[in-house]
Amino acid sequence: MSQRVGMEVSVAIGETVRLADTDVIAAYPITPQTHIVEHIAELVADGELDAEYIPVESEHSAMSACLGSAAAGARTFTATAGQGLELMHEVLYVASSMRLPIVMTVVNRALSAPLSVWGDHSDAMACRDTGWIQIFVENGQEAVDNTLCAFRIAEDNNVLLPVMIHLDGFHVSHVIEPILLPEQEQVNMFLPKNSYPLPLDPDKPVAMGDFGPPVIYTEAKWAQEVNIRKSKETIIKVWEDFGKSFDRYYKPIECYRCEGADTLLFTMGSYSETAMTAIDKMRSDGKNIGLVRIRLWRPFPFKEFRQIINNVKTLIVLDRAISFGGPGGPVCSEIKSTLYNQINRPKIISFIGGLGGRDITVADFEEIVDRGITIADTGSSNEFEIYGVRE
Amino acid sequence: MAKKEDELTWKDLEIGAIITESGNASQYRTGDWRSQKPIHDFSRCIKCGLCMIYCPEACRYQNKEGYFEADMYYCKGCGICYRECPTMVITMEEE
Repeated sequence: MSQRVGMEVSVAIGETVRLADTDVIAAYPITPQTHIVEHIAELVADGELDAEYIPVESEHSAMSACLGSAAAGARTFTATAGQGLELMHEVLYVASSMRLPIVMTVVNRALSAPLSVWGDHSDAMACRDTGWIQIFVENGQEAVDNTLCAFRIAEDNNVLLPVMIHLDGFHVSHVIEPILLPEQEQVNMFLPKNSYPLPLDPDKPVAMGDFGPPVIYTEAKWAQEVNIRKSKETIIKVWEDFGKSFDRYYKPIECYRCEGADTLLFTMGSYSETAMTAIDKMRSDGKNIGLVRIRLWRPFPFKEFRQIINNVKTLIVLDRAISFGGPGGPVCSEIKSTLYNQINRPKIISFIGGLGGRDITVADFEEIVDRGITIADTGSSNEFEIYGVRE
Repeated sequence: MAKKEDELTWKDLEIGAIITESGNASQYRTGDWRSQKPIHDFSRCIKCGLCMIYCPEACRYQNKEGYFEADMYYCKGCGICYRECPTMVITMEEE
């Protein structure tokens, strides 16, 4: 039986990569991801993890090396954050469209300029359309659990897609938490060996990432779209299997005290934990409110969303990224488009906050909710409001 | 490949559009790119083969008489053979 051990979340992720018996790690350090790859480098150097550690010269090279590694059928991991994820950008599309099961921890960080090493979701949102599976976690235990699940999801022959595990920079990555690290035997039972069906093999040659003229490109893209939509079934199944093995359960969207609520607050990432405390307080004050925490961002869980909004009057969505000159928060615009065709759709109020590592406290959440309910009643000519900005 | 490329559905593609059959780039009709084609006056030809050596598409072959012709399935009409031919066998004609 494993025991809770106090450790930095970044170190715990490194230990999970060790438990998963990862074959290849190609990574470039960047704040706030550094401690993850630093710890893995130590594990490999000390002989505790039998893997190739490729110290590359940039994130573009890191992801490119991961392509080759995954194409050869090796279990492949990398991690990055913020600007590093942006430097990988073009290669991200190659990984997903070539159907290469790479697992990447993204320690969410704001994007320059002005330079910010602190957390928000700008980097994650810029990768929204890259074809990766994107899962958000809220704390260290979830990061450990979902890193294990990510390998199994990515390598499942019904999926074969790269997976990003998103955790908030500093608020999760640098926190020391009591972590239940699974035993090696449990991991071996849960996570089978990688068996990529068409690996690079001199005895059975294949060519990957080839030229796709107009006559075939549309078919290739549709195959990719069908595949990522269908991957949701496997993701849910892997989470269920994980729950049976480890007694911790995960779902595409997690409802907290939503029963009978006429107002729902939507959050994604670590601020959901603060929001839960705020919901408890508001419930005890007699407010009829619940919280929806989004875990699966891509593929987007449309069906699950539509199921939970029955009889809800107001949705208040907090985004930690701006779509400049666009509809405001990316999460909110996704929720709006999900519900637009519903007959009884609620009012949807968009807030943006927590940019570049700015805290949102319990009191802040209460204020956001009060303001959101007011806007729902009185209406507003703004697409969204940015919470806490000094006028 | 059993089906022609314009008959393939998305379900016919391997995962990630991986190619499992070697050498199928030869099916790609680069001749489609051509806007002008080489015309030959073989009475001037000394069979030196420079046109074959310079052809970036490697689409020139020697016919039974030993003259070098372009395979129009692949010839892109770039005109390099016309430029390099020392005896001016080749002229380019608009298509």
